[in-house]
Amino acid sequence: MPKKLMKGNEALGEAAIVAGAQAYFCYPITPQTEIAEYLAKRMPEVGGVFVQAESELAASQMIFGAAAAGARVFTTSSSPGISLMGEAMSYITAAELPAVFINIMRCGPGLGGILPSQGDYLQAVKGAGHGDYKLLVLAPSTIQEAVDLTIEAFRLADKYRNPVMIIGDGLIGQMMEPVDFESCTKPPRLDCSAWATTGCAGREPHIVKTLFLDPNVLEERNRTLKAKYERMTREEIRFETYCCDPPPDLLFAAYGTTARVVRTAVDHLREEGASVGMFRPISVYPFPDDALRQVAHHPAVRNVLVVEMSMGQMLEDVQSALQGRRPLHFYGRGGGNVPAPEELIDEARKLLGNGHGGKR
Amino acid sequence: MSAPTTIFRRPEALRDAFTHYCPGCTHGIIHRLVAETLDELGLRERTVGIAPVGCSVLCYNYFNCDMQEAAHGRAPALATGVKRVLPDRIVFTYQGDGDLASIGTAEIIHAANRGEKFTTIFVNNAIYGMTGGQMAPTTMPNQVTTTCPRGRDVNTAGWPIPVADVLAQLRTPAYIERVAVHTPRYTVQAKRAIRQAFQYQAENRCYSFVEVLSTCPTNWGKTPNESVQWLEDVMVPYFKLGLKKSPDRPPVD
Amino acid sequence: MPRVQVDRDRCKGCELCVRACPQKVLGISPRINFKGYFPAEPSRPELCLGCRICAVTCPDVAIEIAVHGCRYNYFDY
Repeated sequence: MPKKLMKGNEALGEAAIVAGAQAYFCYPITPQTEIAEYLAKRMPEVGGVFVQAESELAASQMIFGAAAAGARVFTTSSSPGISLMGEAMSYITAAELPAVFINIMRCGPGLGGILPSQGDYLQAVKGAGHGDYKLLVLAPSTIQEAVDLTIEAFRLADKYRNPVMIIGDGLIGQMMEPVDFESCTKPPRLDCSAWATTGCAGREPHIVKTLFLDPNVLEERNRTLKAKYERMTREEIRFETYCCDPPPDLLFAAYGTTARVVRTAVDHLREEGASVGMFRPISVYPFPDDALRQVAHHPAVRNVLVVEMSMGQMLEDVQSALQGRRPLHFYGRGGGNVPAPEELIDEARKLLGNGHGGKR
Repeated sequence: MSAPTTIFRRPEALRDAFTHYCPGCTHGIIHRLVAETLDELGLRERTVGIAPVGCSVLCYNYFNCDMQEAAHGRAPALATGVKRVLPDRIVFTYQGDGDLASIGTAEIIHAANRGEKFTTIFVNNAIYGMTGGQMAPTTMPNQVTTTCPRGRDVNTAGWPIPVADVLAQLRTPAYIERVAVHTPRYTVQAKRAIRQAFQYQAENRCYSFVEVLSTCPTNWGKTPNESVQWLEDVMVPYFKLGLKKSPDRPPVD
Repeated sequence: MPRVQVDRDRCKGCELCVRACPQKVLGISPRINFKGYFPAEPSRPELCLGCRICAVTCPDVAIEIAVHGCRYNYFDY
């Protein structure tokens, strides 16, 4: 399998092309602008649509228009841009349109900085827009996984007729890693002919709208969407455990690039004989809380340590999953700082120290 | 005697619906002009309309063609999305002055500047109708609304935005005209402009934009016929009617 | 002789056609319609020229015009 050394942003762009994306609407924002630059060249080569919009807000509404016209579409941005896309995400979900959003997260809040961060976790999983709506959110930790999950995102968007979001921190966008596209296959396209606005020749006109003034009609729509989220919770849970068999004394919980730093720390601590492991959510909505409980609620596990490049956001989902049945600790870095393995090793030792497993 | 021949009837592209518009609101006329144009140019079956947020949001119940309903001000972005993925379909946005000239200014200016090949019908009635009569970017100086109860003060709220003239300054080729529908004579001229706009789109020629001065009896606090008069006396002198830009005439340097 | 027909229940009684008609054919009916409006009605149908001005100015497409035989085309529409 020939691998290609690619920058994360460009690999994400190519992944969308491999997935059969027909239209891409974007706006420049560090650290994901290379996706737009790459696709400015590539989309015309594959007969796809490329438009640089006047704002992320406009780009995300172009997504609505193109998706409602039956095209496979996606857009990418970074944190402040995703905030501008919140309105459209709500409308796209309400109109039950398939679309893929990629957020290459930068540190915030406000204009913040351009360095990596995981500070948009709650924005992604709890919703950047208004009303009862959810995005299916996947969090890759390597560029190959980002490619695979992006392609999977188009399949899931069609499956649920719901926007799907990939959240990667700035490293996922900026790092270069070998990537294999050979094994990737284009997901089959949803048949949109029953609802897409393609011109009403030979049929009754289609109306794609989200205004429902009758409360019962809108409530019905809310229940339809809720059923989707319940199905996602049943069918789309994705996670990885590392050194959790047998269950460790100290369980790390981390996602994205942070999980790779934790993996290094776990390897180091295990060489010292410490009993440590990691739980890595890949789907952050739906959050794998049952899977986490299965590991964390094992008697051997005495402490859970959540590590994020934020001030604690996935922490909240872990907290609700554990239901207070395990001491829960947090170590976070912000401002664009990436935690070093040594920091996590020291943190772990504090928690292992008062147990039998800790050794200098 | 021969059977009577009907010489005026409801166009097929206008559903046989009872509209929610207030008595004398000329949205109804503009809907009919667009629908007649779609019929006459044979475009109905390959047309996708984009409804705004405002009184005419419900136009998706009245236009008998595929419709999408946009978030407030975003219709030109939706239209861009549709037109780019379905370049051979006819796409139009139908927008009010709050939708287009206030929250949606970025979208309309950039769609026009990119030269997106869709048509915009911009209904300018100098007020926010759906929300009950607030000041709009096109509200006239000293015109009283619920959010400028002492009349629009140009020192704090600025002058009404003449959108057609503003867009005409862009260098990208386009067809831009301002018309009105408050009297039959103007309505006949308005139809010619709307027809020309969709003609240019059918020929994939350029972006087309028709600003239509329209009445709002309820929120102007006037009868329909008084509103017609007010539009003539107050709006027309400020919002000059006529052709603002044509793809056939290169811009004068 | 041209015939102008007003759909009583569709008309909202806005009176734009009443003012616009050059022949003053249309007036307002004293009987309300099902929506509670006093709709327009051809009070002097014999004066109708079939010019279509009323139909052009009606916001609710409530007016339909039919003619017998030839018709004078006042304006292209």
